[in-house]
Amino acid sequence: MSQSSSQPNRLAQGGQVDRSRELTFTFNGKRYVGHPGDTLASALLANGVDIVNRSFKYSRPRGIVAAGAEEPNAVVQLGASEAAQVPNVRATQQALYQGLEARSTNGWPNVQRDLMASVGKLGGSFMPPGFYYKTFMAPASMWMTYEKYIRKSAGLGRSPAESDPDIYDHLNQHCDVLVIGAGPAGLTAALTAARSGARVILCDEQERLGGSLLDSRELLDDAPASQWAQAVIDELAAMEDVTLLPRTTANGYHDHNFVTLHERRTEHLADVAPRVDGRRQSRSRLHRVRAAQVVLATGAHERPLVYANNDVPGNLLAGAVSTYVRRYGVAPGQKLVLTTSNDHGYRAALDWQEAGREVVAIVDARDNPDGELVEQARAAGIRLITGSAVIEAKGDKRVSGARVARIDIDGFQVVGKVEELACDTIASSGGYSPVIHLSSHTGTRPVWREDILGFVPGKVKGLTPAGGAQGIYALDEVLEDGVAAGNRAAEAAGFTAARLELPRAVARRESPAVALYQVPHEKPTLRAPKQFVDLQNDVTAAGIEVATREGFESIEHVKRYTAMGFGTDQGKLGNINGMAIAARCLGQTIPETGTTVFRPNYTPVTFGAIVGRHCRELFDPERYTALHQWHVEHGAEFEDVGQWKRPWYFPRTVNGKKESMHDAVARECLAVRQGVGILDASTLGKIDIQGPDAREFLGRVYTNKWAKLAPGRVRYGLMCKDDGMLMDDGTTSCLGDNHFLMTTTTGGAAGVLEWLELWHQTEWPELQVYFDSVTDHWATMTVTGPEARKLMAEVTDIDLDKEAFKFMDWREGTVAGVPARVFRISFTGELAYEINVQANYAMHVWKTLFAHGEKYDLTPYGTETMHVLRAEKGLIIVGQDTDGSVTPEDLNMYWAIGYDKPFPWIGKRALSRPDTRRIDRKQLVGLRPHDPKVVLEEGAQIVFDPEQAIPMTMVGHVTSSYYSPVLDSGFALAVVKGGHHRMGETVYLPMADGKVHAAEIVSTVFVDPKGERQNV
Amino acid sequence: MFHIYCPYCEEHREEEEFHPKGQAHIARPADPDACSDAEWGDYLFFRDNPRGIHHELWVHAVGCRKFFNITRHTVTYEILETYRMGEQPTITAESLAREEKADKVQVADGGQQTVGASDAALASMKGAQA
Amino acid sequence: MSDVRLFDSRPTAEVEAESPLVLSQLDERARRAPASPGVTLRERAFLGHLILRGGAIVLDEAVRQVLGVSLPARPGALVLDESGERSIQWLSPDEWLVIVPDGEAFSLEQRLRDALGDAHFAIVDVSGGQTVVELSGPMAREVLMKSTPYDVHPRHFPAGKGVTTTFAKATAILRRPDEGRWELVLRRSFADYCYRWLVDAGEEYGLAVSTGD
Repeated sequence: MSQSSSQPNRLAQGGQVDRSRELTFTFNGKRYVGHPGDTLASALLANGVDIVNRSFKYSRPRGIVAAGAEEPNAVVQLGASEAAQVPNVRATQQALYQGLEARSTNGWPNVQRDLMASVGKLGGSFMPPGFYYKTFMAPASMWMTYEKYIRKSAGLGRSPAESDPDIYDHLNQHCDVLVIGAGPAGLTAALTAARSGARVILCDEQERLGGSLLDSRELLDDAPASQWAQAVIDELAAMEDVTLLPRTTANGYHDHNFVTLHERRTEHLADVAPRVDGRRQSRSRLHRVRAAQVVLATGAHERPLVYANNDVPGNLLAGAVSTYVRRYGVAPGQKLVLTTSNDHGYRAALDWQEAGREVVAIVDARDNPDGELVEQARAAGIRLITGSAVIEAKGDKRVSGARVARIDIDGFQVVGKVEELACDTIASSGGYSPVIHLSSHTGTRPVWREDILGFVPGKVKGLTPAGGAQGIYALDEVLEDGVAAGNRAAEAAGFTAARLELPRAVARRESPAVALYQVPHEKPTLRAPKQFVDLQNDVTAAGIEVATREGFESIEHVKRYTAMGFGTDQGKLGNINGMAIAARCLGQTIPETGTTVFRPNYTPVTFGAIVGRHCRELFDPERYTALHQWHVEHGAEFEDVGQWKRPWYFPRTVNGKKESMHDAVARECLAVRQGVGILDASTLGKIDIQGPDAREFLGRVYTNKWAKLAPGRVRYGLMCKDDGMLMDDGTTSCLGDNHFLMTTTTGGAAGVLEWLELWHQTEWPELQVYFDSVTDHWATMTVTGPEARKLMAEVTDIDLDKEAFKFMDWREGTVAGVPARVFRISFTGELAYEINVQANYAMHVWKTLFAHGEKYDLTPYGTETMHVLRAEKGLIIVGQDTDGSVTPEDLNMYWAIGYDKPFPWIGKRALSRPDTRRIDRKQLVGLRPHDPKVVLEEGAQIVFDPEQAIPMTMVGHVTSSYYSPVLDSGFALAVVKGGHHRMGETVYLPMADGKVHAAEIVSTVFVDPKGERQNV
Repeated sequence: MFHIYCPYCEEHREEEEFHPKGQAHIARPADPDACSDAEWGDYLFFRDNPRGIHHELWVHAVGCRKFFNITRHTVTYEILETYRMGEQPTITAESLAREEKADKVQVADGGQQTVGASDAALASMKGAQA
Repeated sequence: MSDVRLFDSRPTAEVEAESPLVLSQLDERARRAPASPGVTLRERAFLGHLILRGGAIVLDEAVRQVLGVSLPARPGALVLDESGERSIQWLSPDEWLVIVPDGEAFSLEQRLRDALGDAHFAIVDVSGGQTVVELSGPMAREVLMKSTPYDVHPRHFPAGKGVTTTFAKATAILRRPDEGRWELVLRRSFADYCYRWLVDAGEEYGLAVSTGD
């Protein structure tokens, strides 16, 4: 057949691939053919591609070892275009599609000929564990240079250099029972739980549900196991409250049964998600699952045996050989030697032989194996060599032979003569390691079970392990265990156990496995050819031995010294062997040695799936005021204030030239000082406070007095924490005797409301008062400047007479026909009216003000002008002029401190601590640069003595600094040690460029020190 | 990601709806001026950091906006109970130790069950609310 | 409570009003609706929104008297009057949200205040601060699953329930007035963000915007 000639290792029949259709793909630029149903790995093996990568440290050629998530070598870079590049994809988990393009991630300049290989071949003594640490440590400054080359030669894949064309999303899921793994245990657990009525999610990382049943030799009800699996899947699919998720890896198991599932929705179709009905669909989806109960049916990973040169291409896991033969119709070689420590491995030899290929020998470490599978192999005429193991693979780029010898496991030595068998494939089985990664994510330590020679999951609340994940491997027992787990989980979630008729499975007699973690060699470990423990991180048995000799006794230290179980591999194949070797070297048992901690993610997750739709314009909420559209239309530049978009300044375009920020701000400032300006202040936090104890409450949370504030009046208040440090400020208006409207800073709104609730709910629940946010209900516009009254008079029915409506009064009426509360408070120092109207009507009011304001040249201004104007008046911004270490006294705001209020208000006690009484505290002052052209840098450090040698004594810093168009000079606010008593003194600000600015300490009020302008 | 039972909404909610507010049962001294600086400093700044049972104040910030308490195991992260403001925990380091003693089971690790808001600490709390 | 200042923030004059979603150009989207949408969005703008604070026992009788429905005292409960136009929802043990047709909020507040007399309570008009977006269609639930960590499965979220929860990176009140509709009560300043989020989340199902009734 033409296919088999182009795919030398494709069997003529068998497997679940669709031989009637061909898919073409490229690997490292070379074109190959595979079939629907293939993974990239099975297609590469079918095409006889032996070398898929170069190893991380020694740059040795590496081939495919496994058939699933545990694959350590075949980690590839995917993507036909630059934008579609995906690193770190396991070829064993990547379904083949037409036009797939993949490359090796390691190997420079290419995997066949590798520059680093010569280094790797020189042997262990040149690159011991810690090689990079030891060799490239000095000089420290060179590490960056070394690292660049190490990384290039190590090749960890690369991220795309262009924007990702795909979209990704998250789905929040909830269920009674989440079943992870859809093999025999998972399927029965899911069906049992679903029949009990529970909401069930069943996920599996493979392309199809079914797990080991997809390629099992076992019969269920006298039919292939995959048929029974399909019947179960069909029943589950028809149930309303069951969600089936193939191609979905449970990657992280977090607190309280929160599990993240990574579903690859279109990765099997193309490298860019195809559109459906012209609509985009997400390429990957992260399911954020909150499960009442979790059934861990993740099965087990086969452990490879650790023998010399066990990394040469052609060395595979026994189970992987079976999977490639039975599921994909691929025999990755011609002549097989199987080396095993248990019965299960025998299946690989039986499958190989049934595929029409030659089994050279089965090498069994046990002396007298007699299980059913062993008998089958004997009956099939396969040569059986017992009490022995493959101690070394021969070959360079592909296995060419196996050196076999009798071994003494307990004595850890080779006994007897070595026989060399010619072969091109060595399958090894050292038993199974339950896949306990997920349960370990919770922090639970796994438990060693000597009877199964493996770790099983430790106890996790709401978690039930099932089947292979807890060391049960016989199919009939696994099915039963799945039912039990499904029922346990359903019952724990409040449902009544359901019945499930199990199919007939043949119970097989097994001979016990033997513990074999490292196969002895004729030479001692340190001198034998490399015996790899962790293929992905190039950790050898000798490396672990060296680590223990160098004093690394904790397994976590051994891990870090050798890199065993690092990175995306997370020790899937190597960890148990590595720990066992460390234990032997240390003269300990395995449980004494313990395991390292497995961490999320189980396999790599693309950043896109983690980010989901929280990107681009949806990265973070943008909060808009009711007037936003106007600001946009009038060319505002915006500033982010928290999540708010606030107009920063409104540059005008004159003669086609856009005003600079400096010019715009100067113009806006002068408009307010000389005419009238308007600010959108809607972002200020606003809290409605009602209740008979509202006034008392204000007195406790503000530093100043509230007892006598009459309805119609407004007061500025300072809010401290109990450590005496300022946390927020704002005005509060008395609307009625039991009714107040508090304003907070824009950024402080949510925090202040929570702060009020904290004190009310935890300390003073007896006070009758309610707090409610009305920030969004009101739009706030500040009309300010000498012409403000004239403008307001045109649009309001409120009596604006300066006696009837004084500074720090508020009145209600209509503005532009809309009911409004108007407050005479000023953050500019000018006559100001702050108008509150219901936000739905704000645009009408704003536009009406402009319609009338034209003759006064009403000027919109933004936050920058607001900052300049308030700073000219010495008005602070909490969080800019304060930083959580500033008391009201430091701000010289004694007038706002009610020392004699009856209740010990929040922050009062702290003001009498010795530290807050120090006279050399940093205190807020004004700074006037000697050179008026200088605008000091905000954050610049201040010294008294510019001649002092470095390090100089720093005595404060600039908190706010601007150019004032009114003063035609730079000016600043700053905190300076003992500043209040240093008026008129000169301080210095040494800058990074060597300049030293001199400035005079002055009052914080630069404009209108008597406050006459706002009080007209 | 914790899953937290809000004792006011009477159902479990995701952690992102809540804010942690530190150790529970820290009562503000009724007469701050009567506190020495050291006592005031204790109230302001000093908190337990137990390995084991801890009582914490949380607020259901995106939800009912109510403050409540959580008894949490700081090693397993298990939330053993949540209870409303003004209520006392039914599970404390001492009560667990008593239970384990009664069961003739030793406490797993002597150092694990340190004092959070222990019975004794709660009793001696200045101005503790009922 | 006579010491609270009542204020009708709704103009009597003819004044153009703008909903928080004015930026989102609903009309334009409505013209581009797909043939068989999986999810349909509709804004219910300019409704009267009142926050009612107080003890359940204090408020219950007044609410029954004025609104004709019992105060939902169970956490998460939402009740509608017979017409379905007025609703009251439990927000916290001492907080309820009342939503009524445009123009009814102020008179409702007055009547409630009269009925409540000198009891300790609070009523706050927040009509300008939030808007209602309605979701319907076969994929509405999946759009919500993309948006909120709250469990929206019918077993857990039957009609007659409402909760305050996280919505994307903002917050929202999510409620289910009947089997066929979900309502999101969105804060004004976050409304545009939430709306854009919904449009993006609904894209793959075919999303329609309806501006009519």
